[in-house]
Amino acid sequence: MELSLNTAGNLPEEGVKRSSETIQYIVIRLGQEQYGIDIRNIDTIIRMQHITRVPKMPAYLKGVINLRGVVIPVMSMRLRMDLAEDEVTKSTRIIVVKLDQDDNVGFLVDEVKEVVTLNVDDIEKIPDGSKDGKASLINGVGKHNGELISLFDLNAVSLDD
Amino acid sequence: MDVSQYLEIFLDETKEHLQNLNTRILELESDPENADTINEIFRAAHSLKGMAGTMGYKRMQSLTHNMENVFSEVRNGTIKVLPDMIDVLFQCLDALEEYTNNIQSSADEGTNDNEPLIKRLTDILNGTGTDAGQAQPEKSEKKEEAPAKEEQQTSSEPNKWDAIKLDSSQRVVIQEAANQGKNVYGINVLVHESCILKAARAFLVFKAVEEVGEIIVSDPSAQDVEDEKFDRDFTLIVIADGPLEKVIKAAENVSEIEKVTGAPLKLDAQEGGSDEGAESKKPVSGAERTPSQTAAPAAASAAKTAAAAKPAENRKPAANKPVVNRTVRVDIEKLDALMNLVSELIIAKNSLVSASSQGQGNTADNSSFNEHIEYLASVTTNLHESVMKVRMVPIESVVNKFPRMIRDLSKKLNKKMELYMTGEETELDRTVVDEIGDPLMHLLRNSADHGLESAEVRAQRGKPEVGSIFLDAYQDGNNVVIEVRDDGNGIDVEAVRNKAIERGTVTPEQAANLSDKEVIDLLFLPSFSTAKEVTDVSGRGVGLDVVKSKIESLSGEVEVKSKLGEGSVWTIRLPLTLAIIQALMVVVGDEKYAISLGSIQTLEDIPLSEIKLVQNKEVINLRGTVIPLIRLNEVLDVPPRETENESLIVVIVKKGDKMAGLVIDELIGQQEIVIKSLGRYIKRCKFISGATILGDGEIALILDANALI
Repeated sequence: MELSLNTAGNLPEEGVKRSSETIQYIVIRLGQEQYGIDIRNIDTIIRMQHITRVPKMPAYLKGVINLRGVVIPVMSMRLRMDLAEDEVTKSTRIIVVKLDQDDNVGFLVDEVKEVVTLNVDDIEKIPDGSKDGKASLINGVGKHNGELISLFDLNAVSLDD
Repeated sequence: MDVSQYLEIFLDETKEHLQNLNTRILELESDPENADTINEIFRAAHSLKGMAGTMGYKRMQSLTHNMENVFSEVRNGTIKVLPDMIDVLFQCLDALEEYTNNIQSSADEGTNDNEPLIKRLTDILNGTGTDAGQAQPEKSEKKEEAPAKEEQQTSSEPNKWDAIKLDSSQRVVIQEAANQGKNVYGINVLVHESCILKAARAFLVFKAVEEVGEIIVSDPSAQDVEDEKFDRDFTLIVIADGPLEKVIKAAENVSEIEKVTGAPLKLDAQEGGSDEGAESKKPVSGAERTPSQTAAPAAASAAKTAAAAKPAENRKPAANKPVVNRTVRVDIEKLDALMNLVSELIIAKNSLVSASSQGQGNTADNSSFNEHIEYLASVTTNLHESVMKVRMVPIESVVNKFPRMIRDLSKKLNKKMELYMTGEETELDRTVVDEIGDPLMHLLRNSADHGLESAEVRAQRGKPEVGSIFLDAYQDGNNVVIEVRDDGNGIDVEAVRNKAIERGTVTPEQAANLSDKEVIDLLFLPSFSTAKEVTDVSGRGVGLDVVKSKIESLSGEVEVKSKLGEGSVWTIRLPLTLAIIQALMVVVGDEKYAISLGSIQTLEDIPLSEIKLVQNKEVINLRGTVIPLIRLNEVLDVPPRETENESLIVVIVKKGDKMAGLVIDELIGQQEIVIKSLGRYIKRCKFISGATILGDGEIALILDANALI
């Protein structure tokens, strides 16, 4: 059921050695667009499960799930990016992300496609100044096999005003 | 040296020592001559200094060093304890606390040198220099005996080496040595308090001393010393060719030795001392003869004297040492993990329960199945209780600082007052204890500042001059009650009422309709808190809203009863535990919610026809009480069920004197639930206090009935 990425085990070594050159991203799909999430932030990816709604919350906060005895809030990436309401399909996944100081947060995405290794040179940073609206959730664009992948700034996505 | 790993221990122990110092100095203030207290203070200050030094906190070390000097002189009787000095000492403690706080937040002590304080400490020291002028030259004359004298004063008994009983063969050896022109010295070695391997240090001392002389007698015996059967010091009788200094020096060179005192042994004095000791201790020493025997010729007598000296030495510390809690410091994370396991166990139990209710058709294996469940239930309940107990700590750690605070307030406000505390041993969940300090402090301040009248008013009213504040804690069922009482003025309800009207909190008409209790409740409103002038009129209102919100965040409640002219009682009621509660599971729409059983009064079936409208709000009349109805599906934005029944299921909840009826769609039943935090992202919903995981792994939210009413 669960695809555990064991980020703690393998990555740091590799990360330390080659972080200046490459970063691994998990590519997800929202509608027709592709987005990347830095693999180091990811705790687990799980299949869609029942989400308990919490009243009086912003629409993009879908509710909470139980992950191994811990209550985790789940956000809809689609609604966060001002896309249409999620349609749960077989490929819908919840990506559980571990952030530096905060609790884990789940992100609801349409599909998890693959893991890509991006060269730092292939990532175009979006300067801070031009951030506004939903663009502020993206802090870079990576090129991979001729396709563009928008890279999430997870702190901006989860931190909410 | 990297000491960061010890930081936590350092902070813990520093806080303990500071608290101890606070308490002791308070004691000293009321009883300036108490030698036990002074010794205890000296010890605490000394360890504090040592710890700060080890950790490299130079400023802290220097301040404690100066404090220690003062205590040392007090201990020696050269300085008298004066109120002025107590004030300075308290300021020093505050400064130390500041250092500690700095260290806690940034691992750095800060840059405040506290020079004025150190100067005042040295002034105190020097101030006595003139007073004790005559004592000074005498001291320098008998330089050699000075340490010995000090030893005498601290232990208020003769030199320890004089107390050693020598047997005849030892006596002969000593006599012979003296005849040969050798020197016989008595030496007392004090091992540093923080020393962990005392026996090893002692061994090194033995070795070092044996290089310059010959050890005739050791008290406690060499064997006992090796087995660490000694408190902090041991006494040796040494025959040496060289001068006393050389012997002392040899012993002092061993690290972690705090002090070595010594003097030439006078056999006459020794004789007298030993006889006395032997006479008075004879019955004891006979009974307490230590089983271990040494190779030294002095074995028997040394063991005897050890046994004889021990009770005398030990009696004092036993009498004056505060009963220190034997605590095990457990990482709270480990406890949380344990807690989590228990939670899962309970979840497992719940799933079994739900499985059993589903599989009721197969009656065959149902009875054994139920047995298993009952067993599981009892196990989980026990496990829960024991884990909860681990998390419980006495509120002592919090309330201990209050006597000092009241003393300071008493001086500041120029009112005489006394704090009486009971039930400090009452235990509460660690998280609650950590949070309860501030609200209690608020209430105590309130009582001291606004509750108690000035001396003149008290005299007029025929009350004793010294105002009394009481802090009582006790357990009441599943709650812990903490009461703050004073015999002061009480709350002037009319003044509060007028003030409320003046401030526009209520209209005059509303005010007239409010009961006294409701008026007093106004004090807990935030709008009443900041206003200084309110305190002048009503005598209350500083930060009470903070108190209330804090207590409520701990799922507790605070109440006040007051009688004008006689005083007030503030009652805080807190749940014993926070993590697991009994709850009623209900269904609203198609969502499951839990309501804490604590706030539920009754469950009612109310026919639709009994619902009345008052001011366009739905109410019911339940046995004479009018109770407003709250439709949970509206509050929680749940789409209503399509079929409307003829009657409603209503959960009557109560908060203080207020009641409300929560309309639900379905009842599931009572369940023990584990409260889980919703985390930081979902905090805004004020009537959801948490979540719990049901037997089927789904999450149900916990409704906070208090927030709904």
